[in-house]
Amino acid sequence: MKKQIQLVSIIIFAFCMNIIAQENAGLTLPTGFKANLYANNIGSARHITITKSGIVFAKLNNPNKEGNAIIRLEDTNNDGIADKINGFAKYGGTGIFVKGNSLYASSNEAIFKYELDSKDEVLNPLTPHTIVSGLLDRRQHNSKSITFDKGNNIYVNIGAYSNACQEKDRMPGSQGMMPCPILDSAGGIWKFDGTKENQTYKDGKRYATGLRNVLGLDWNTETNQLYVAQHGRDQLNSFYPNLYSDAQNAELPAETFYEIKEGDNAGWPYVYYDPSQHKKIVSPEYGGDSKKEGSAEFKEPVVAFPAHMAPMAVLFYTGNQFPAKYKNGAFISFHGSWNRAPLPQEGFFVAFVPFKDGKATGEWEIFANGFAGMENGTKVANPNKAKARPCGLAQGPDGSIYVSDDTKGAIFKISYNK
Amino acid sequence: MIQFLMNGEINKQINCTVKIVSKFTLLFCFLILALWGNAQNKINGKKIYETRCLVCHQADGGGVPNMNPPLDGSTNVQGKDIVRLVKIIRNGYDERVALDGMYYNNAMTANPDLKEDAIADVLSYIRTSWSNKAGLVTISQVKAALFKNKAAKK
Ligand code: HEC
Repeated sequence: MKKQIQLVSIIIFAFCMNIIAQENAGLTLPTGFKANLYANNIGSARHITITKSGIVFAKLNNPNKEGNAIIRLEDTNNDGIADKINGFAKYGGTGIFVKGNSLYASSNEAIFKYELDSKDEVLNPLTPHTIVSGLLDRRQHNSKSITFDKGNNIYVNIGAYSNACQEKDRMPGSQGMMPCPILDSAGGIWKFDGTKENQTYKDGKRYATGLRNVLGLDWNTETNQLYVAQHGRDQLNSFYPNLYSDAQNAELPAETFYEIKEGDNAGWPYVYYDPSQHKKIVSPEYGGDSKKEGSAEFKEPVVAFPAHMAPMAVLFYTGNQFPAKYKNGAFISFHGSWNRAPLPQEGFFVAFVPFKDGKATGEWEIFANGFAGMENGTKVANPNKAKARPCGLAQGPDGSIYVSDDTKGAIFKISYNK
Repeated sequence: MIQFLMNGEINKQINCTVKIVSKFTLLFCFLILALWGNAQNKINGKKIYETRCLVCHQADGGGVPNMNPPLDGSTNVQGKDIVRLVKIIRNGYDERVALDGMYYNNAMTANPDLKEDAIADVLSYIRTSWSNKAGLVTISQVKAALFKNKAAKK
């Protein structure tokens, strides 16, 4: 019996040591970078934002065990690990953004504003100001990601509550509606005044349209422009098996990254982007045959990523800690796919998109990988087996970047030391 | 020999044995047929699952967190409410109710073209695959459920 206990404790000890000793919190990174687990198990952490003094706020998709859906994390002893963690707010959601002394957070239908004191403590956790309410939430693509320009304007994604704007959503053979009525109130980015309370649709402006669902958006302060990453449509092979094989569906359509100017139209639901033909192709619901090219009025992406990987956040790097090539380039987190099945899934990493003279080069590379925690680099077969799925991105005051995970609620901190 | 055959006693016995054996053979054949039928149904159910359901509910029946619910281990999938299950397969599903305590954001595709036997096969498949150990669903159960759903619509 004693021996057994001894053995068990040795095994447990070895197991713990293994976790603690896991280099770079299990992530693979470019040379010179290191990662550690800043926090873990805080709840389904969607987007994150960081104040000038380094306080991290995370928005949870659903309230955690304590019933809180915004988590404040502080690393008081500067060892890279959050040691003071508390929370507030009862509503689930995705968006969170610190602007000056204000903290903005979104539910799936509204945007709220909190005030921060000199220690970045929230002054009105129970009584936030409602900035915008009544935004469409029809479940599908209901996350309201938010960002700000250099001024006080909020940009919010209102995702389309549909896959391809069929008369009946996801019904085989159902035609695409022409024009797509969803685009009046969703399927785009809306702009609101971040300082005004109690706004609704009529106070905002549709800034860009033809975007099926945008989780990742960020303002490029260098060029003063909005950039967004779209989640492309699903299920080409399920609905049009004569036009698309399983293998083709796994690669179609590309996940697209756009430079947005006011009034732009990215073309959903009428077209999708085919990364091998390098073209916008007419959707089969709108008479496409997998080859017919879409109208030139629709926006071209600046980068096309492999299909279905689900870009969750965009972060323009403005820090000085990382090597020069990262400055003013964009990090994009990828949640990892499900619609590539029956083929193995892709994504579950953070990519880097280099910029030169304010323009994306069109290239991209994997920056941080290994979130899914698969043994020996095997592919994820089922997304529910991924240990972590990258979601939010934020930059700390020292130039480190933070990546949140919305499965168990880990936050990874990634730094560079020559 | 002939005498033996002529012997009524034995003849009766043989007759009886033949009868019993043939009864058993018949039963045996039925059993084989039934098993073979079940196997066929399971193969058919798996095929339907792979072409229509796997994309969302995944190969391991584990679903996609927050998007598509797991079927493996699901209380409803293994439950008694066959009428509801049939309705979900035929009409699709977009209700935002908690399934085993979790909410899912995607909308499930309808299958208006799936015939009664195919619905029975795919339901039987998901109820007996992975860790699921519920009963098979019969064509007559599906027919009754579709009838009920139709009546409810009117
Ligand atoms: C487009 C993705 C998608 C496809 C394809 C799909 N499902 Fe679903 N399924 C869902 C979603 C999403 C839900 C939950 C909907 C909700 O919560 O409103 C669901 C719910 C279910 C449920 C109810 C689960 C429960 O716990 O009550 C069953 C049973 C089911 N699906 C079976 C199937 C079968 C069988 C197929 C193939 C014939 C299939 N699904 C195809 C997405 C899908």
